[in-house]
Amino acid sequence: MSQSTYLIIGSSHAGLSALKAIRIEDTEGSITLVTQEDTLPYSPTILPYVISGQVDPEQIFLRDGDDLDRYRVIFRKGARVVAVDSDNHAVALSSGETLKYEKMLLATGAEPTLPPIPGLKEASCHVLRTLGDALRLQSAAQEAKSAIILGAGLIGMHAAENLAKAGVQITIVEALPRVLPGYFDERAAGLVQRAFTEHDIKILTGSTVTHMAASNNACTVSLDSGVELSGDLLLVATGVKPRMDYLAGSGIDAGDGIVVDDTMRTSSRDIWAAGDVAEARNFFGGKKRVDATIPNAVEQGRIAGMDMAGDPTASPFAGGLPVNTYRFFENHSFSVGMSVVPDSEEGVEVDLIFQPTSMQYQKLVFEGDRLVGVSGINTGLDPGIMWQLIQRRIGLGKMKRRLAAFPLDTGRILMCRMWR
Amino acid sequence: MGKSYQTIAFYPEKCDGCNRCIEACAEFHSGEANPAHSRIKLAEDTENGSFAVSLCRQCGEPRCVMDCPAGALKKDMDTGVVRWDESKCVSCQLCTLACPYGGITYNPVIDQVMKCDFCDGDPVCVKACPRGALELKTGSDIYNGWGDLEDLFVPGVSACLGCNSELLIRHTLRRIGPNTVVATPPGCIPGVGAVGFNGVTATKTPVFHPLLTNTAAMLAGIRRYYNRIGRDVTMLAFAGDGGTADVGFQSLSGAAERGEQMIFICVDNEGYMNTGVQRSSTTPYGAWTSTTPVGAVLRGKTRDSKYMPLIMVMHNCEYVATASMTFMEDYYAKLEKAIEAAKRGMAYIHVFSPCPTGWRFPPSKLIEVGRKAVETNMVPLWEFDYQTGELSFDYPVDNPLPLEEYLSLVGKFRHLDKNQIEHLKETAALRIEILKGIAKTKK
Repeated sequence: MSQSTYLIIGSSHAGLSALKAIRIEDTEGSITLVTQEDTLPYSPTILPYVISGQVDPEQIFLRDGDDLDRYRVIFRKGARVVAVDSDNHAVALSSGETLKYEKMLLATGAEPTLPPIPGLKEASCHVLRTLGDALRLQSAAQEAKSAIILGAGLIGMHAAENLAKAGVQITIVEALPRVLPGYFDERAAGLVQRAFTEHDIKILTGSTVTHMAASNNACTVSLDSGVELSGDLLLVATGVKPRMDYLAGSGIDAGDGIVVDDTMRTSSRDIWAAGDVAEARNFFGGKKRVDATIPNAVEQGRIAGMDMAGDPTASPFAGGLPVNTYRFFENHSFSVGMSVVPDSEEGVEVDLIFQPTSMQYQKLVFEGDRLVGVSGINTGLDPGIMWQLIQRRIGLGKMKRRLAAFPLDTGRILMCRMWR
Repeated sequence: MGKSYQTIAFYPEKCDGCNRCIEACAEFHSGEANPAHSRIKLAEDTENGSFAVSLCRQCGEPRCVMDCPAGALKKDMDTGVVRWDESKCVSCQLCTLACPYGGITYNPVIDQVMKCDFCDGDPVCVKACPRGALELKTGSDIYNGWGDLEDLFVPGVSACLGCNSELLIRHTLRRIGPNTVVATPPGCIPGVGAVGFNGVTATKTPVFHPLLTNTAAMLAGIRRYYNRIGRDVTMLAFAGDGGTADVGFQSLSGAAERGEQMIFICVDNEGYMNTGVQRSSTTPYGAWTSTTPVGAVLRGKTRDSKYMPLIMVMHNCEYVATASMTFMEDYYAKLEKAIEAAKRGMAYIHVFSPCPTGWRFPPSKLIEVGRKAVETNMVPLWEFDYQTGELSFDYPVDNPLPLEEYLSLVGKFRHLDKNQIEHLKETAALRIEILKGIAKTKK
C-alpha cells in the first residue's frame, strides 16, 4: 500500500498548479500525482488541434519526466480512482490497489454529458475530452466526408474548425439562439457565426434534435424544424459535468460539483478540490458555481496547494468568473466577466464598438466606476490587464472615460499605477 | 541555494517617450522598425506626462506558463527567461489573458503572440535608451556567485528577528571560507550560539571565545604559531564595539601597531546590546540607552561617539574600511581587499550594525535603516589603503539627505530636540571634512 503526505488526483492544469504550490512551501513531504490517463500530463484544450494535425500528439504534454523529477513527485499513470474513504484517508483504484494520504486534492476535471435524445445511445457518437477521444475522432475524420456536431460551445466550435481544416464538411446544431452563449452577446456571436459560414460551415442555432438514427457508419439527425441531417460522423459537444462518480458513499458535499470553501477545502477536513470538478465562490456573488476554464483551474489549484502545505502567504479565492480567449480562423477574441449582459440591463453601462464590415467588436461593461465585463473580437487589447481591472475591483474615477475611449493605453497606464 | 536572475529595470522619470527602445526591439526581432514587432510597449500617461511600460517581467512563478495548454511556454531555470516555443504554440492566446502586465501580446502582422526573450542576454532596448530609463540589473550574477559558496554558519541560531550580525557572519564566512580560525569575544555573536551550545558550535570553522579584553592578542598568537609551522590560516575576529573600542581596545591597539596578520571586524551596534542596551564609546550623541536614559534631566547620551575607524587608520593598519550590510556588493569588495591585506598585517573593517531590538525599530526596517544612515552621511562608507596612503569614499558624500530621514526611523533618537539634531549634524559634517582632508593627502 502506498502512503504519501500529499495525494493529487488528476494531472491537468489544477493538479499541476497545486503540485507546484505545494513544492514551493514543502520541499520534503512526499507527493503522489495520479491520472487515469496512460500518458504524461496534458490539457484537454489542446485536443482540437490534434484532430486537425496542427500538433503532433507526442508533443502536447505539459510536463516531461525531468520536470516531474524536479518536483520529486511519484507520478502514477493509468490509475483511476473509484472510491474515497475519508475516514481512513485512503482511495481505491480500479486496479484494486489502495493509496493512503494525509492530504488529498481532487482535480479530476469534467467529462462530457450526453443529452437525452432518443436514438443517441444506439448511434455511435464521438465526444472530445481525452487524448483517446481525439485520436479516435482524428482517424474517423480521415474516412468521413461530413460531420454533425451537437453544441456550439468552445469544444464544439474548436472541433468544427479543426475538422473543417482536415477537410470534413461540417454542420453544427445548437439549441440556444446563438453560438458561444457563455462568452458573447448576440452581436459578437453573430460575427463568429459569420466567419464560420464564410468557411462553409453550416450552423443551425435554435434547433433541437428530436431523435436520431444510425445506419452503416452514418447517422441521421432529425430536428424540431422537421429538417433531417445526415453525416458520416457525429460529435456530441453539448456540455461537460464534473467527474465525481467516485464520491458515492464518501459523505463529501457535492452539488453541480464538489463544494469547496475559499481555500478549496471540501466538507471533508483533509480533502481539497480544484478546477473543473469544483463548485466554488462566484466572483459576482450569489450561488457557488463550477467555472470550467484553465485560468480558473490554475488559480484554484494554486490556492488549494498553498493551503494543503500550510503556506502562510495563502489568500482566499476571490471567486470564479467567465474568462477565456477564443481564436477562430484568422480572428482572435476574448471575454472576461459580465460581458453578455444586454445593453439595457439595469445598473450597468455598456460602451460598444461594433463594426461588422471590418469584423471588429468591443464591449466594455461598467457598474458605477468599475469595469465588470469586457469582450472583444480583433481588438488588440491586453486581455490580462482587462481581467485584472475587473478582478481587483478598481475604482476608475475619472479614468473611466479614458478607458472607454483608449482601452489599450489606459489599461497599461492603470496597470503601471496600480500593480506593476 | 535558489538562483536569482538578471532583470530589466524601468525608471519612468527618465523616459521621454522617444521610442528608441521600441524601434531597437522591433529591428532586432523582425529586421524592420515596425513597432508592431516590439516586445516592449509604451503608453503615455497624459495626466502627468509620464510613460507606462508593458514588458514581460520574466516572473518567478509565471502564470502564462501554468495556463498554456500546449506546453509552449517554459521558464528557463538557467537564465530565468520565460521561453516561448513557436513549434508547440497553437495560438490560443490564453497566455495574453494570464499575464497581468501585458507582457505577452498578440502581433497581428505575424499572427502570433510574442514576448521579451532578453535578446540572448544583452537586451537591445537597454542599449538603445539614450536617457538611462532602462537598465539591465546584473546584481543577480554576483548574488549567484556568492550563493554558490558554502554557508558556514548553521541555521537555527537564536539571534533576534532582523539581526544584522547573522547576515554579516553568513556572508563573511561564505567569502573567507573554512580555512579560518574565528574569535568572537563576549557579546551578541557568541550569545546567539556562535561559539557553542550543547557541545556543538554554530560555525563550520574552528571558533573560540576569548575574553572581552584579549581577542586581538590571542589571534596574533595563533597566527604566529601557524606561521611558524608553515600553514597559511586566516585569523578573523567578530567583535562588538565593546570588544573593539572599549574593553578590547588595548589588545587591538597593540596588535594593530605591531602589524599582526588578521581581519578584525568590528560589529558596531553602538552599545552593549547583549547585556541590556548600555552605552558604549561608539554610542552616538543623544541616543537613548539604558544607561543614558531619557527623562526630565537627561536627554540621552551627552558625549559624542568615538570615531574608531579613523583611530585605526592612525595605527598604520594595512587596510581600514567602513561598511554596511545594506551595501552588500561594497562589503564583498572590501572583504576581498581585507583578505589580501591580512597576509601583510592587520585589516580592520568597521561594520555599521543597526540593532532592531536595542535601537527600537521594526526588524523589517533593518536594510532601510542601514541605507538611510549612509545616505545622510551619518555613516560614510570609505576605505583606506596603507600601501598607497589613499582614503577614498565608496558612496557619494556631497549631497546627503537630511539627517532627520535617518533619525526618524530609529526609536533611540525619537526624543531628540532641535539642538540635539543640530549637534549631530555638525558632528557628521565635521567627520566628512576630516575624512576629505585625509583623502586629499596622498603619500
